[in-house]
Amino acid sequence: MTGETLVQFDRVAVRRGSTLVIRDLSLSVAGGETVALVGRSGAGKTTLLKLVNRLLSPTAGRVDVQGRDTREWDVIALRRRIGYVFQDVGLFPHFSVEENVSIVPKLEGWPAARMTARARELLDLVGLAPATFARRRPQELSGGQRQRVGLARALAIDPPILLMDEPFGALDPITRGEVRRAFAYVRSQLQTTVMIVTHDLPEACALGDRVAVMEAGELVLCDTPARVVQSQEPRLRALLDTDSVRWQGRPDA
Amino acid sequence: MTVIRFWMAHRAELAVLVQQHLLLVLLSTSIAIVIGVPAGILAAKRPRLGRVVLVSASAAQTVPSLALLGFLLPLPLIGGLGPRTALVTLSIYALLPVVRTTVTGIRNVDPAVLEAGVAMGMTGRQLLWLVELPLALPSILAGIRVATVIGVGTTTIAAAIGAGGLGEYIFRGLSMVDSTTILAGAIPAAALALAADGLLAWVEWRIRERRTTSAAAARWSVAAAVLIALLAGVSHARADAPAVVVGSKNFTEQVILGELVAQTIEARGLPVSRKLNLGGTFVCDRGLRAGELDVYVEYTGTAVTAVFHQPVPSDPARAADRAKDLYARDGLTMLAPLGFNNTFAILVRQRDAISFGLHTIGDLQKTAARWKPGFGYEFLQRDDGYAGLVRAYGLTFGSQPRGMDLSLIYRALAEGQVDVIAGDATSALIDEFRLTALDDDRHYFPPYDAVPVARTAALLRHPEIGSALASVAGRVSVADMRAMNAAVDVAHRDPAEVVAAFLARVRARGSK
Repeated sequence: MTGETLVQFDRVAVRRGSTLVIRDLSLSVAGGETVALVGRSGAGKTTLLKLVNRLLSPTAGRVDVQGRDTREWDVIALRRRIGYVFQDVGLFPHFSVEENVSIVPKLEGWPAARMTARARELLDLVGLAPATFARRRPQELSGGQRQRVGLARALAIDPPILLMDEPFGALDPITRGEVRRAFAYVRSQLQTTVMIVTHDLPEACALGDRVAVMEAGELVLCDTPARVVQSQEPRLRALLDTDSVRWQGRPDA
Repeated sequence: MTVIRFWMAHRAELAVLVQQHLLLVLLSTSIAIVIGVPAGILAAKRPRLGRVVLVSASAAQTVPSLALLGFLLPLPLIGGLGPRTALVTLSIYALLPVVRTTVTGIRNVDPAVLEAGVAMGMTGRQLLWLVELPLALPSILAGIRVATVIGVGTTTIAAAIGAGGLGEYIFRGLSMVDSTTILAGAIPAAALALAADGLLAWVEWRIRERRTTSAAAARWSVAAAVLIALLAGVSHARADAPAVVVGSKNFTEQVILGELVAQTIEARGLPVSRKLNLGGTFVCDRGLRAGELDVYVEYTGTAVTAVFHQPVPSDPARAADRAKDLYARDGLTMLAPLGFNNTFAILVRQRDAISFGLHTIGDLQKTAARWKPGFGYEFLQRDDGYAGLVRAYGLTFGSQPRGMDLSLIYRALAEGQVDVIAGDATSALIDEFRLTALDDDRHYFPPYDAVPVARTAALLRHPEIGSALASVAGRVSVADMRAMNAAVDVAHRDPAEVVAAFLARVRARGSK
């Protein structure tokens, strides 16, 4: 399904209280591509992600997933085919690493042997040796290891769509690099469509096939990293200036 | 060490009481879990409903246990004498800790973890069973632990309504003013509480340290439920034997008279089940009317005033006729009097009687202003009790009367905590504590002739009851009663033994 539109935002608005957190936003995400959403805190990035698996519903406009309005989807079926990785991971503290990774297959009623095999495969994929980590509890892991488990959990039933909300945000710079490399490797192995939120433009440019820049609930532009960097769009320049030190320092990080 | 001797002598009974006690605690805690955990979950998810649930559970908790029992007794289905009412009461008390900790446990689940579950496509039910309940489990377990430990203590009140348990010894000991018997019940109850606390602390630790998986915990819970059901089945089967149920109120004389009635009926070959030491006139009367007691010994004066709320004729024969008529209208039969009149006695310390020259109740006018009276709760409530007494004799006491348990009142007088009390004319403690009964020269107190009262239906089904009780009619004199009371209260002999010896003497007298 590579190339087809998988997620479509059509003139979407989301109102929270009296403020519009998303206003008149349209965006198409094609199968197999990675779109990095970047912007300041409160720009509406996380809200946009939550519209995809209907943790939130739009106040106006519509969101289509695989050509169907999210409001017409059976919400459980919709969420099961969308992987979600959180900044604060949200691993189940009472489950082992393996049980955490196997949770969606378990909900889907997979046989035990298939679940175990899949969990081991995924742990290998994110660079955690199953023999060492499968039986550990989340509280016995480092922050980076936890985030890898979170990634493995989100990929468990090979979902067509993967949502990642600042997955590297809470990690120290070294760990951040490691997890990002693990993610890049996973990306190279799978055809999953990814929407990833970050507030770091260099990171967005490094990870995304396209970068969607958001400001105050609006989509400023969405284009390839190369064009985004050269764009003269004033709101983007403003964003770049506040971030200038990091941006200048690592032009192609 | 006398306690150990007591246990050895009563080991079969002790085993039954411990089993009843455990069963009451286990069943009431289980009921509280079955109701409280779902209520707690609901309360956690709907804050407004939650407030209502928590407030009602707290309110129920503040009702004194005996009051709650008294309130439930007359209700159909859940009320009545015996384990059912006790279970309802105990479950209500166990509810609050379980509900509260369930609410806390569920509300404290990390929102990030919850959001992860939702985003992963868990249904509400899956979220509850896979995430919320397992994470709330340590908190819920802590609540169950509190409920169980409190339950072991509270269950001692079950004996007040004939539901058994270790409270039997405590109530029996209180009524006989015998600390050995009290300890015989209190020590095992305390040990059970400590053991339950330790066991549940261990379970909590296993779960917290994740040494026990949820699956193993589920298996254990099922095993425990089966065990409880089996125990309940066994004791229910045992309770099923058809028997004449004999009751008594909770003071020594009543226990002796209950035993007397029981042994007399047993001598006719009928099996008897004893529900002695019930919590007062009200409880016994309710038991009789509910068909859960077949017979107990009442006093004519008490029957007319306390049961039927009518004025009592001062002539003993007329009082007895009145009581008999009133009972007959309610399907109850008052049998022939046993022979003694246990009227109220207004008692003071002998040395006070001498130094202040007190002979009649009227003489109390000399000292009342400086004296502190102490009376049983029932006496303070009843029309023929305290209010009427002060009116009839024009007494004004210097302080409000102190309400006390009947079993403690003689000692309280002897030890100077109060200066004047109302006691039983037949009490052995009058001599034991060197007390003096003041003369009721204005005939304020009505006659209190001891009479067996039985359900007419039971008498028709087992005519032997009537003939058995006829054989002791008029055979128990005031002197006999005082002697038996003394044997139990002062010499600490077993009531059953004292009654058996007395009945042997009666038979010997009769055959001459």
